[in-house]
Amino acid sequence: MLLERTGVAGSLESCDALVMVILSPDREGVEIELESPSIASFGEEMKRAVMETLESLDVQHGYVKVQDRGSLDCTLRARTETAARRALAVPDGEKVEE
Amino acid sequence: MKAKRLRRTSLYIPGTNPGMLANASVYGADSIILDLEDGVPVPEKDAARILVRNALKSVPYRGAEVTVRVNALSTPFGRDDFREIIPLAPDAIRLPKCESADDVREADALMTEIELNSGVEAGTVGIIAITESARGGRNLSEIAAASPRVIALNYGAEDYTADIGAVRTKEGRELDDIRAKVIVAARIAGVQALDSVFGDVNDMEGLYAEALRVRLLGFDGKSVIHPRQIPVVHRAFTPSEQEIGFARRVMAAFREASSRGAGVIALDGRMIDAPVVARAEKILALAEAAGCLPGER
Repeated sequence: MLLERTGVAGSLESCDALVMVILSPDREGVEIELESPSIASFGEEMKRAVMETLESLDVQHGYVKVQDRGSLDCTLRARTETAARRALAVPDGEKVEE
Repeated sequence: MKAKRLRRTSLYIPGTNPGMLANASVYGADSIILDLEDGVPVPEKDAARILVRNALKSVPYRGAEVTVRVNALSTPFGRDDFREIIPLAPDAIRLPKCESADDVREADALMTEIELNSGVEAGTVGIIAITESARGGRNLSEIAAASPRVIALNYGAEDYTADIGAVRTKEGRELDDIRAKVIVAARIAGVQALDSVFGDVNDMEGLYAEALRVRLLGFDGKSVIHPRQIPVVHRAFTPSEQEIGFARRVMAAFREASSRGAGVIALDGRMIDAPVVARAEKILALAEAAGCLPGER
C-alpha cells in the first residue's frame, strides 16, 4: 500500500481547531470527521470551508479530522491549509509493507 | 498622513494565537503588531504566517493601525512572510534586524514587486524599521532615509544590549545611547521614534515611569506586550493640564499673530517660534487622543 502522508496543525485551545489531514490516494474522495460545539448550527458551513481549502490545494483524496474549539472561519481555513501543506511536504510515493 | 498618526502604544500579538488575533483591536492600542518573528517558535512559522494572512483578510481591525512583524529577509522565513502578507496591504510591516540602508532597500524592492503583482499600489505598505545591533544603531540615519516607506524607527532592547555587551537593569541606563540615536535619526528623517517594550508585566509603576521618561525624551510611543500595559502607557503619553494649557495659549497666540501677518510671536515675554508651535501641536494631538479636549476641533 502507499504510505499515507499526514499533517497536523492547530491546537485544542479556545478559539482554535486541531486539524489532521491524511492524504490517502487509495481513498474515494475526502472524508471529513468534525467535532465541534457549534456542529448543529455551523457544521455544514465548517465542512464546506475545509473542502474549499483542500480543493484550493488540489487535495482530492484523503481523510480530515477537525477538533474545533470555537474557531472562526478564517482560523479553521488556516489550520486546514497548514495541515494539508504539511502533509503535502512529506516525501511522496514511498511503499510500506502491509 | 501615515507617518504622523498616533502610535502611543503598539501591542504585540503572537501570530500563533487565533483568539488574540481575532480580538487584537479591542484592547485600545493605537497600533497592533501581528507577530511572525520572535513570538513564534520555528516549527510554527508556517502556521502563524497562514493564520495571520487569513486574519488580515477577514478580521475587521477597527480603529487600530495594523502592522505585521515579519521575519528578516536574512532568515529562511522572511521571503515567504513577505509573499503572504504584502498582498493583504497591512498599514506597515515591522522589519527586524535592520543593520543598514541595504536591508531596508532590499525589503522595499521586494515589497514593490509583490505589490505590483497583486494589484496593490506600489508604496502602500509602510516600514517600521527595528534595529537590534551595534551596527544597526550606528546606521540609523541611513536606515531611516533608505526608503520613503519608512514611517518610524524602533529598537529591540534585549537584542541590542546583548549585542553591545550591556547588562539589562530596571533603570535602563544601558539604553540611553540607543534611545538618543533613535530619536535623533528619526527627527532628521521626519519619522516617528518608538521605544521598546517594558518586560515586567506586573510592574505598572515601573512601566509608567519609563513611559513618561521616554515621552519627555521625545519618543512618540512604546511597544507593549500585554493589554494591561496599554492604559498605563497612554496615561504617561497624556500631557499634563499645565502642558495642555500652555500649548493652547501658544496656538492661540500663533493664530492671532498669523492673522495679523506678524512674523514674531511673544507669549509671557518668551519668543514663540516654529519648534514651540510644533511642540504645542504635538501636545494637543496627544491630549485629543487621550480625550482631554472634549468638543475641540
